[in-house]
Order: sequence, then structure tokens, then C-alpha cells
Amino acid sequence: MDFLGILSSTASFILDPTTMAYALAGLGLAIHFGFAGLLNMGMAGFMALGAYGYAIGILTFGLPWYLAAFVGIGASIVFALILGIPTLRLRGDYLAIVTIAAAEIIRLLLLTAVFTDVTGSADGLTGFNGTGGTVTNPTPGAGGFNDANPIPSGEYGFEPFLDNERTWFIRIVGMLILVGATFAVWRLVNSPWGRVIKGIREDEDAVRSLGKNVFAYKMQALVIGGVLGSLGGLLLALSTNVNSSVYVTSLTFFIWTALLLGGAATVFGPLVGSVIFWTLQAFLGLVFPALAKAGLLPFSGIQAAQIRFIIVGVILVLLVIFRPQGIFGNKKELTFVK
Amino acid sequence: MSSSSQSSTPIKSTGLHVGEIKPGVAKKDPILVADGVRRQFGGLVAVDVAHVEIPRNAITALIGPNGAGKTTFFNLLTGFDTPNEGKWSFNGKSLAGVSAFKVARMGLIRTFQLTKALALLTVMDNMKLGSTEQPGEKLGASLFPFIWKKKDEEIETQAIEILTRFKLDTKKDDFAASLSGGQRKLLEMARALMTKPELVMLDEPMAGVNPALTESLLEHILNLKKEGMTVLFVEHDMHMVRHIADWVIVMAEGRVVAEGAPDEVMKNPAVIDAYLGSHQDTDLGTVTGRITLPKKGKDS
Amino acid sequence: MNLTATTRRAMGRLSAAVGAFVLAFGVLALGAPAHADVVNPELPYKVSGNVQNEGIGVNGVLVTVTGGGGFSAEVSSDAEGKWTVGVPERNADYTVTVDESTLPDGIAVVDNPETEFVESNVQTVTVGPGGRVAMNFFIGQGERNTVSMVDQIVQRLISGLNFGLMLALASVGLSLIYGTTGISNFAHAEMVTFGAVVTFGLVGILGDSALPLAIVLAIVLSAGLGWGLDAGLWKPLRKRNTGLVQLMIVSIGLSLAIRYMYQFFIGGGTEQLPGSDAPQIALFGSVKLSVVDMVSMGLSILLIIIFGWWLTYTKIGKATRAISDNPSLAAASGIDVDGVVRVVWVIGSVLAGFSGILWAYFRPGIRWDMGGQILLLIFAATTLGGLGTAYGALIGSIIVGILVEASSLIIPSDLKYVGALVILIGILLFRPQGIFGRKERVG
Ligand SMILES: Nc1ncnc2c1ncn2[C@@H]1O[C@H](COP(=O)(O)OP(=O)(O)OP(=O)(O)O)[C@@H](O)[C@H]1O
Ligand SMILES: [Mg+2]
Repeated sequence: MDFLGILSSTASFILDPTTMAYALAGLGLAIHFGFAGLLNMGMAGFMALGAYGYAIGILTFGLPWYLAAFVGIGASIVFALILGIPTLRLRGDYLAIVTIAAAEIIRLLLLTAVFTDVTGSADGLTGFNGTGGTVTNPTPGAGGFNDANPIPSGEYGFEPFLDNERTWFIRIVGMLILVGATFAVWRLVNSPWGRVIKGIREDEDAVRSLGKNVFAYKMQALVIGGVLGSLGGLLLALSTNVNSSVYVTSLTFFIWTALLLGGAATVFGPLVGSVIFWTLQAFLGLVFPALAKAGLLPFSGIQAAQIRFIIVGVILVLLVIFRPQGIFGNKKELTFVK
Repeated sequence: MSSSSQSSTPIKSTGLHVGEIKPGVAKKDPILVADGVRRQFGGLVAVDVAHVEIPRNAITALIGPNGAGKTTFFNLLTGFDTPNEGKWSFNGKSLAGVSAFKVARMGLIRTFQLTKALALLTVMDNMKLGSTEQPGEKLGASLFPFIWKKKDEEIETQAIEILTRFKLDTKKDDFAASLSGGQRKLLEMARALMTKPELVMLDEPMAGVNPALTESLLEHILNLKKEGMTVLFVEHDMHMVRHIADWVIVMAEGRVVAEGAPDEVMKNPAVIDAYLGSHQDTDLGTVTGRITLPKKGKDS
Repeated sequence: MNLTATTRRAMGRLSAAVGAFVLAFGVLALGAPAHADVVNPELPYKVSGNVQNEGIGVNGVLVTVTGGGGFSAEVSSDAEGKWTVGVPERNADYTVTVDESTLPDGIAVVDNPETEFVESNVQTVTVGPGGRVAMNFFIGQGERNTVSMVDQIVQRLISGLNFGLMLALASVGLSLIYGTTGISNFAHAEMVTFGAVVTFGLVGILGDSALPLAIVLAIVLSAGLGWGLDAGLWKPLRKRNTGLVQLMIVSIGLSLAIRYMYQFFIGGGTEQLPGSDAPQIALFGSVKLSVVDMVSMGLSILLIIIFGWWLTYTKIGKATRAISDNPSLAAASGIDVDGVVRVVWVIGSVLAGFSGILWAYFRPGIRWDMGGQILLLIFAATTLGGLGTAYGALIGSIIVGILVEASSLIIPSDLKYVGALVILIGILLFRPQGIFGRKERVG
């Protein structure tokens, strides 16, 4: 068993765009749930809009990639408003069901054959990132994200982060978005605005009785978190194809797991949680099949690769029961209000 | 608690009403007027107030048996619930259809019978939330600390002042969750005062607050009146009602059944029947079961 | 802070814009010339074809593809006459039927002009190792075998009723659990899958002929699952006074863990229970039902009647309703809340497990995530009837079932769940207490 190889591949996930996408979406959920107490179970929908908005902006509307990115963001804002105007008056668990259903509607609309010309239906969309296309589907075409890459071609970095200019470009862009978003969220939640949304999380009627427009605050939180989610989706789209099979309910649940790992009511929790989540996923996804191959586990490699998902579920259960504040959260910052 | 031994006997406002005293009597200078306010839950009529006026710059007590509709009436007046019919106005402005937070911004602040301390915020943050003057609560401004830092410090000073009066200043950095039940009541009242209201509506403010502190809070409520505020409170403790209220309104089964100065109202046979019970002269405390202190001499 | 007026106004405008956007999208969807209509795109293998009238594609012809394991899908041809259906298996035969009533007047399926091969509107095709096969129909003046609109509607209604009854079994359990414990149990989906997966496993061990025994055992094991979940997880959490949101997320984690456990054991493919390819029996007109469908409906109705009787007349049933009404009052009046909740978990799990077996026949097929596919419909049904009211969940399920099945007469069948989800959202917005629930005390 190539243990070093496994460790190295695992470590590469620290800088993977997927990890950053999870961190961004997790940050959005932290605003929603950790700070404002909104039970959003439809984060996958926001991410799908970010990704598809970007891809459709390029392929259908012929926009340059940097403008197309705003199509995704704009779509997520519109989605947040459509969702929020009626639902923010609802009780917490109702909001959860509405958001999960709304995200599912988005996925079904992206999957249906009716809009194949725009969404690519089950095949999803490819070839919107310009020269070199996506990793798995190189399609020629100028003016895309890849053409904006200022890094000369070549291999950079050191193992396990030794990669070509394209990978580095995505990493750097992702990192910039992530750092910017984290800073902004940190500022927000440590301001009087943050105080109000935390108050709303605790008891919205109390905050209302003090003359705050609770609905507007919740809406602002919903939109901000949604935009962060769409940025996560955008990052996924920058690095690979978009396909509706990615934006399923499980994605939302995985992001919840990452968030709760790090601590829901913390700014750095989503970041830390995503790194843990993905390194753990990568590690388990490699180690179990390797063990199975070496005959140390009594099942097939495919089965061995599934175990990690079972473990995710178990971790989520254990976390919520025994460490609801997350691994690094402060015990006093329990987010779950009874 | 014995009000007769109180050092400062409060100065009662008198002559608040116009004409003959009866339920719904007009006031000289009403701050809040409700007209035909009715709220029904299924078959149960919880509130059915034909007409009631709350006098300005006075302390009014709203009393009545459990389930009389007092809390529901509070909810209706403050926009937390909508009546099936009726009109009500604050400072002459109609409040029908005005949402709760706007009512609060107009200067009508209420507290809740079941305390709503913001558990996972510190006591200080709870207080700061009460302030209405913080520009940093706007999304755009919140990103720039220089816009709101200074104001936050001012608000903090103000908060400490109020907390000291409520004996909560030592707790200011604790989470509200760690406060005792009575302390939460106090925090909620203190927080309400941070908004600098014109009319405060307190739903059983003294339930669960110890007698010594109750006394000092009564002082405080009297001071609010001196500062020009109007207070409307629900209370089952008749000592307190008698001691500080200038006016008493009695509700039963959703309706206003009696009104008047405290002493007069408590002699009203209807009120004794419906609410006070016939032993009120011996010890009102035992009627409500809230006061267990030994009696020091006969109450007024 | 002056968000009020301006924000309100801005939001008003925005929502108007959004409304227009949605409307436009909808109109686009309905009015656009159909694209190559694809049904079941998620399935790995494809049957596709072309409906042509003298070389020109015919739009909107209804094609039905049926196959082994009770597989059935409907698709209508696009503007070029093209259609595609995803099918679950290769190296298998499928029957392709053109609904001649959807052809233009006076036209029917005719011989292929090139091969002179006589064709009828019903054809059998074989999906080979390549996983794809094409079946082209040529139409022209001729006689037709018609499926009338009425028959189609009747067929859909019956199918929807069947589906709804199956949903009902799952949702009354979910509703009872919600009513008595407050948990929005996302793992209910896995309790549904449990029945099907266990039946499948037992049939594998005992043989096809032992199906009834396998079903009975699966239901017994479902009861055990419900008992075990409550004893091992939910009751301890109740004792800890765990918050409702926490409980909900625990159920999500549990759902993930169990779901992937199924995938671990049965893999990612679709498996069939014996009898899922039972022949269809013509009832009247062109309305057909398989024996399995009929048995399934009969059993659902029977179970629901027993359940209703239990809930209405037995002591525990009454106690259950009392707890749903007002838990603290019920506890105060001496009802053994923990005991009742345990029974509720067992019954909920049994009903869910049984509905999973029916779902395996209705889909048809067993998959590790089959419960998850209908979880939101179950939620929709439960919410529609009023969360926590079992009778409401029953009615809600039948409405959702019929709605889902009937809506594919009008909207593309790959969007048929969307309708139900939209209704779910609508109900939560305008009548969150459901059709039969009541409002709760605010403040
Ligand atoms: N949301 C509601 N749904 C149904 N009934 C309600 C609701 N809110 C209040 N009620 C009923 O209305 C009546 C008045 O309740 P309310 O809480 O106003 O009484 P109260 O005068 O404040 O009593 P207490 O002195 O015990 O606080 C009660 O019978 C109560 O059960
Ligand atoms: Mg009350």
C-alpha cells in the first residue's frame, strides 16, 4: 500500500477548488444558520445557480467570463428574494422544507429535457472556460477564463502541490474570493449589523419588539449567504464542467457537515471544516480501497470507497449530539437554540 | 413587601379621566386609544375591548384573572397579533396594520410575559440591541467600523448606567443564557428602556423578581414617570398595583369590566368577585401566591 | 436604520420583476417548440426513435416504452418527431407503443416505405450490449388503435391513486412521528428503502417463491428498526432535551449513513423484486393494471383502514392523538409519553417499510436511494394535510399522488415532481397548518 502517495493526494485537497467551494458555501450557511438562524437546506440550489449562471452566461448569452460570473451571482440573488419574500415569515423547520424543495425544483429544471438547448439536460454544460476547456473536456475557444490566465505555462510548486498554470490560476482566484469573503463576513458579524442578526437567531420577536425590521435583516442575511453559495458554485464551474447531478440534496448535507465540523457560528469554522471534510473524504476514499486491495478489508474496492460516505453521516450525527459548537467552536457559542 | 413602610410615598397622578368613571371612560390626555378591538381564537373570544384609553404620563395597571386576555391585548396593541376587528391608535396615529417593529419605533415598547432574553448574546449585546441610534446596524455601514465605533461606545456607557440601576452591571459580559429567571426579566426591562420609549408596556415585570429588588424597580418605574414616560403594566401583585399605579383597568373574559383609581377599583364588588377574591383585605399576597413574606402590619 | 420604506418598495419592484421572469420562463417552457424530448435521462441505456409522416417529423406523438421489471415510461416526440427514453437495462426487450390517438387526424402507423415491412403501432425492440436502440415509426393514412383521452385520464387517476396510497403509508408515519416528537425525520426515506432492500435480500436467500414470507419478515424487521432507532437514538436524545433543529440534523446524518450503507450492500444499480414484470390486465377501454398494482392498492387500503381504526379506537391510538395535540398536557394527564412514542416509531417504521416494498414495484426497481427520491413528496403530502395530523397526511398523499401522475398528461414527465414541490411550497406559504391543521399560539 502506497501510504505516502495516499497522504500526498490527501494533502492536495487542502488547495483543491472543491474544498474552497465548500468553504464558500459553508460560509454562506454560517451566515444563514450560524448567525441568523435560518435553516437553509437548499444551499445546493444556490450553488447550482452560481455554476449554471456562469456557464449559461457564456454559452447562451455570449458574455465574457467575468460578466457571466455575475449572471450566476445575480441568479442567486433573485432566487434568495423569490424564496425569502414569502418564506422568511415561516417557522424554522418550514423554511428548511421550503428551501430543500426549492433547490430540488432548480435541479429538476436544470435536468429536464425541456431546456436542453440552454442547460444541456443530463449531459450538463462543457467548454465554457475557453482555451484548453475544462480539465475533462478540452474545447478550443478564445476569451474564456483560461485565456485570462496570466501565469506562463509550466509546472509550479512542490509536491503535493506541484501543478500546471491552469490549476494554480484557479487556486489563486479561489483563494482571493475566499479570503475576501471571509474578511467581509468577519467584518459583518462583528458589527452592530451582526449583533442584530444574532439577536434574530435567538428570538426574532424580541428583536422585533426593539424596533428592528427583522424581515429585512433576514432577507439581507439570506441574500448574502446565497451569494456566497453561488460563488462556491462559480468556483466549481471554473474548475470543471457543470452537471445537475452534482447539485443534489446530498451536496447541501455535506456542506452542513463541513460547517458543523468547524463550528456554525464562527467565521473560520466553514474554512477549517471544509478542509477537514475534504482531506478526510480523500483520505478515507483512498485508504479503504487500498486496504481492500491489500486484502485487509473483506470487501470490494467499490464498496470500500463507499464507506467514507457512511462515515460522513455518522460524523454528522455525532457532531450534532456531542459537539454542536463544532470542533473549534466555543462551548458558549452553541448555535442550537431550544 | 409593605408599601406603607416605604420611605418615599409615590405621588399619584389624579384627575386623569373626564366625566363619570366607568369602563371605557375618556381620559384628559390619552396616549393610547383602543376601540372595538376584538380577537377570536376559534370559538373563544380572547379579547373584546369596546373602548379603552391609556392616560399619558401616568402609570396604568392592567389586571384581571388568568386567561382574561391581557397578554393577547398587549400583542394586539403592539402589532404582534392582528385583531379580527377594531381600531387603535398611539399618539393619535392609527396602528391598524402597522407591523410590530414600526410600532416599536414609534416609541411604544413592550416586554414579554415569557421572557425573551437573547440567550447566546452577552448581557451587554442584549442592551446594545435596544438602542435605536446605531448607524452600524445598516448593512452597508456595518462594514466600516469608523462609522459606528464611537456611537457604540456611547451606547455602552448608557447601557452600563441602566444595568447598574438594575443590578446587572457585574453580569455585563456574561451570556444572557447564564442569568437566572428573575435576572432575565430585569434584563428585558432594561433592554426595553434602552430604546428610550414613550410608552412602555410591561407584561408581569415583577414576576420572579425578589422583593428588595422589586422595591428599587418600583422606584425606577416611578422615575420613568417623572421623566415623562407612560407605563402600562400587567401585574397580579396587588401590593405593587396599589403602590405605584395611578389608574387601574380590570379585564375579565376579554372585556374591560372596571376602571378607576386603585383604591376605588379594588372596592368594586364586581372586581372582588371576578378577580381579587373576598380575602383581599387580609393579605393580597396570598391571593396571588406571589408574596410569601411575613406581613409587617396592615397594608393600606 | 431606514430600511423600511425604501427596502419595501425596492422589494416590491424586485418581486414584480422576479414574477415576470418566472412567468416568462414558464411561457417559454410551454410555448417553445419541443426539444428532443428525453424521459428518464438519468437511466444508463437509451431507446430512441423518430415518428415521421412522409419523411417529415410529427410533433407531440405519445410513445410508451415498457419493459421487463414493470418498467414503463412515456414520451412525446419533439418538433422533428424525435424522442428518447432512458431505460434501466441492456440486453433486454422493450415494447414501444405509439399512441395513435395523438397522431394527426386520419393518420396511423403504416408500413416502412423502404423495407415494405408491415408495422403496427406496437413494436418490440432489443437493447443490445451497446445500450442503445432506435425505433422509427412511419405513419400515413390508415386505421388506428386509439387510446382515448378519457382512458388516459382514467389510467393516470388509477395510477396516481396507487402512488398516493403508497405515499400515504409512508407519510402517516412521518406525520405521527412529527406530531408526537416534533422531529422532521429526514431518515424516513431510509425507513422506506429498508422494507424494499430487506425484502430483496431475503428473496435472494429464500428464493423467489418465498416472496410473501420475505415481505412479512421485512415488515417484522422494519418494526425492529423503528424500535431500535427510538430505543438507541431518539429516546436518549429526548432525555437530553435535544433541540428540534438538532434532532432534524441528526436525522439528516442518519439518513446519509443508512443510505450509503444500502449502497455499500446492494451497489449503485437497480434491482428487481420477483413479480415486478407481472402482465397487465385490461380492465376496460384501454385501461390496464397489473396484478401487482391491484394487490398493492388493496393492501394499502387494508393497512390504512387498520391504522385508522388503531388511531381512532385503541387506547394507544387515542393517546397518540392526545400527545400530538398537546404533549405537555398529555404528559401531565398521566399518559406514558415515552411508551406511546415508542409505539409510534414502530408503527411508522412498519408502514414506511411496507410502502418501500410497494414503491419497489411502482418505480419499478430497488435502489439504495429510492426512498430519498420520494422523501420530498412524502413531506409535501404530510405538509399538505397539516403537519402532525395523520388523517391529513392520508388525504395529502392521495392528492400528491394523483397530482404527480396526472400532471404528466400536461407537463413533460421529467418535471412531474416539480408540480408537487411547488404545491408543497405554496401550502407552507399560505396555509402552513395544512388543510386540516390549526394555527398555533404566536408570542
Ligand atoms: N394563539 C392562541 N390560540 C388559541 N387560544 C389562545 C391563543 N392565545 C391566547 N389564547 C387564549 O386566549 C385567552 C387569553 O389569553 P391571555 O394569554 O391573553 O391571558 P392573560 O390575561 O395574559 O392571562 P395570564 O394572567 O395568565 O397571563 C386564554 O384563554 C388563552 O387560552
Ligand atoms: Mg398574560
